[in-house]
Amino acid sequence: MSVSGDHSNSVFANVVQAPEDPILGVTVAYNKDPSPDKLNLGVGAYRTEEGKPLVLNVVRKAEQLLVNDPSRVKEYLPITGLADFNKLSAKLIFGADSVAIQENRVTTVQCLSGTGSLRVGGEFLARHYHERTIYIPQPTWGNHPKVFTLAGLSVKTYRYYNPNTRGLDFEGLLEDLGNAPTGAIVLLHACAHNPTGVDPTSDQWEHIRLLMRSKGLLPFFDSAYQGFASGSLDADASSVRIFVADGGECLAAQSYAKNMGLYGERVGALSIVCKTAEVASRVESQLKLVIRPMYSNPPIHGASIVATVLKDRGMYDEWTIELKAMADRIISMRKELFDALQARGTPGDWSHILKQIGMFTFTGLNADQVAFMRKEYHIYMTSDGRISMAGLSSRTVPHLADAIHAAISNVA
Amino acid sequence: MLLRNACAGRIVKSGAVRSLSTSWWKHVEPAPKDPILGVTEAFLADPSPEKVNVGVGAYRDDNGKPVVLECVREAERRIAGNLNMEYLPMGGSVNMVEETLKLAYGENSDLIKEKRIAAVQALSGTGACRLFADFQKRFSPHSQIYIPVPTWANHHNIWRDAHVPQNTFHYYHPESRGLDFASMMEDIKSAPNGSFFLLHACAHNPTGVDPTEEQWREISHQFKVKGHFAFFDMAYQGFASGDPERDAKSIRIFLEDGHLIGCAQSYAKNMGLYGQRVGCLSVVCDNEKQAVAVKSQLQQLARPMYSNPPVHGALVVSIILGDPELKKLWLKEVKGMADRIIGMRSALKENLEKLGSPLSWEHITKQIGMFCYSGMTPEQVDRLTKEFHIYMTRNGRISMAGVTTGNVGYLANAIHEVTKSA
Repeated sequence: MSVSGDHSNSVFANVVQAPEDPILGVTVAYNKDPSPDKLNLGVGAYRTEEGKPLVLNVVRKAEQLLVNDPSRVKEYLPITGLADFNKLSAKLIFGADSVAIQENRVTTVQCLSGTGSLRVGGEFLARHYHERTIYIPQPTWGNHPKVFTLAGLSVKTYRYYNPNTRGLDFEGLLEDLGNAPTGAIVLLHACAHNPTGVDPTSDQWEHIRLLMRSKGLLPFFDSAYQGFASGSLDADASSVRIFVADGGECLAAQSYAKNMGLYGERVGALSIVCKTAEVASRVESQLKLVIRPMYSNPPIHGASIVATVLKDRGMYDEWTIELKAMADRIISMRKELFDALQARGTPGDWSHILKQIGMFTFTGLNADQVAFMRKEYHIYMTSDGRISMAGLSSRTVPHLADAIHAAISNVA
Repeated sequence: MLLRNACAGRIVKSGAVRSLSTSWWKHVEPAPKDPILGVTEAFLADPSPEKVNVGVGAYRDDNGKPVVLECVREAERRIAGNLNMEYLPMGGSVNMVEETLKLAYGENSDLIKEKRIAAVQALSGTGACRLFADFQKRFSPHSQIYIPVPTWANHHNIWRDAHVPQNTFHYYHPESRGLDFASMMEDIKSAPNGSFFLLHACAHNPTGVDPTEEQWREISHQFKVKGHFAFFDMAYQGFASGDPERDAKSIRIFLEDGHLIGCAQSYAKNMGLYGQRVGCLSVVCDNEKQAVAVKSQLQQLARPMYSNPPVHGALVVSIILGDPELKKLWLKEVKGMADRIIGMRSALKENLEKLGSPLSWEHITKQIGMFCYSGMTPEQVDRLTKEFHIYMTRNGRISMAGVTTGNVGYLANAIHEVTKSA
């Protein structure tokens, strides 16, 4: 069938090509590189020692159970998603004994992974919260500003990372949050801060909590790495739990992309902890109005896998073991990289590699050094110098160490 | 000291802590129930053994049970050993999108060969419409959207949340329970040149009233004269006539006339993948370079909404459409579903006529697709629910997919009861 008629009349003729996404664009560039030595340390997706993606055994088992169950259908989920999944997710982050859950003060809705949970929460806040400003840490995950801006919030930053110490700029953080207007929203990384890997200590978290509550600042937690930071699901949720335990309100976005390896299935949850059950119920009804015109209801497959795993004691335990193994492998990669740099006598203090937490190391390499490593060593990372430790193996650590050494030595 | 208290489960508040006794959300109003999905909620809560759900447009077999297509079960068996749950690209599964474009644009479409279609995987039909609405807002910021009366209720929500101003155009003719073609053409002519219109490609929801082929040609011609933009929502390809090629006729007519259309496609109904949220948004462009640019911008809108779309449903679609045997099976199963619905239309009409209804029920068999716009009033619908435990949306829309040989008599009787003195 041939198309007749005038072609040069698109109403979108003036649309310019958008730049590559800074994070996902790294993988695009990596894929194009023909070098056999290439190494992708860009996107935060776990890799095995062999450099392969990993589908957890327990996930595979869950999928088989689902496939073999002839009673399973593919009907629409409710707008709020799979009920079991929501309840279990709330328990996972807030604790099985959480008073807020027992008192029905928590509304949880299934969303599309962390991104979707943040977006739905942001849109809800833009419509129903009196303060339209959200404070995000400097630096933060590259997608955060866009998510909240498109949700209708205005975005400001608070100091977080101290490049001199490669640790937390605690004074700066307290000062900036102290100067925020009463009631402002504050985005907090629950654990394993992305991209820096720098987390507050529990004492520091307590300080932050007191300050925020005294100023009526609204906490919005992004929990994308529960279980991945320390290897313990409970420990990694402690920041969230101290806020919930004081009886106040907060939002929490959860993702199962990394800790259950369900990346592409887009599984996550948004919880809003409210003062009363009645308020929580009204809030939930309004969340539905945000979701329905966005995608009507969330995808069923990934949430079914999660619910299957979380509700079965045996599978849950198996999951915690596999999760700890992933976290441990990453910790061992930190040690290996640190040792390799020491062995090469690479100038500088590299102890932050050991101190930082979670999937990423904020190396401190600058954009020129990053570009150098890409060009000369075919090593791919985001231009802020963030490397995904999950992409390393014992086999590739020496290559990376060589590259870092060369970059430090040759590029200012 | 504070930490120990924390471990005990309740923090002792100290110092000048803001009163935590009031909620930030006290002022939040309870939202109204979704008019469509709220129906199923009410149905599920009803204990009556006679209850019938002809509310939401989800297919049911003749036993009133949801159906997972055989081709889908087979595809899932093949996926279950999958070693890869990695992120899809922001634009989704390239393979799935390619196969999906063929369905809408034709196997041998020149547009596809010339790479002139910007297309991304979307979260079913809703997600495709929303992505387009956001794109329209960003790149045609002064445009409005013309929406038919009536339409799927969520269309209004979607363009509203995208902050695109809305207008309506005449579509349904209540007196004839058919198309108000004259008024529709009037509205098309009087809209400012270059307006954006939302069109249902086939099986209009909720009315089941579609333009004839001749009427589509006239509409397309008038769109050319006015330079209007046509956005097709195609949620029922295959479901209307049983033949996907036939159901895409309206789109093909527009393409023949050279229109650069936009199109939302959904696999919710025709592949029974409802909860998997699989669909596609496509925008036809002048040339390949422009298509690349538009696609990149669509991705920029998807990234802050959900980063990248879900992989599972896309894999199912790719496997089915990529395997000739499975594709044949799918086409057979789609036709089976469409045929059952067409059969139920006849049965319902015959039952009503046998009961001696004074009204005309021609429209039941003239209307197309999953829905029948019965013409009943909200009050009559309320009676159906209260007295007969029959659930449908208050606009009188009956989901024919919920009608079975087992309940069609009961349904006809109830409809007759509430309408006989109308």
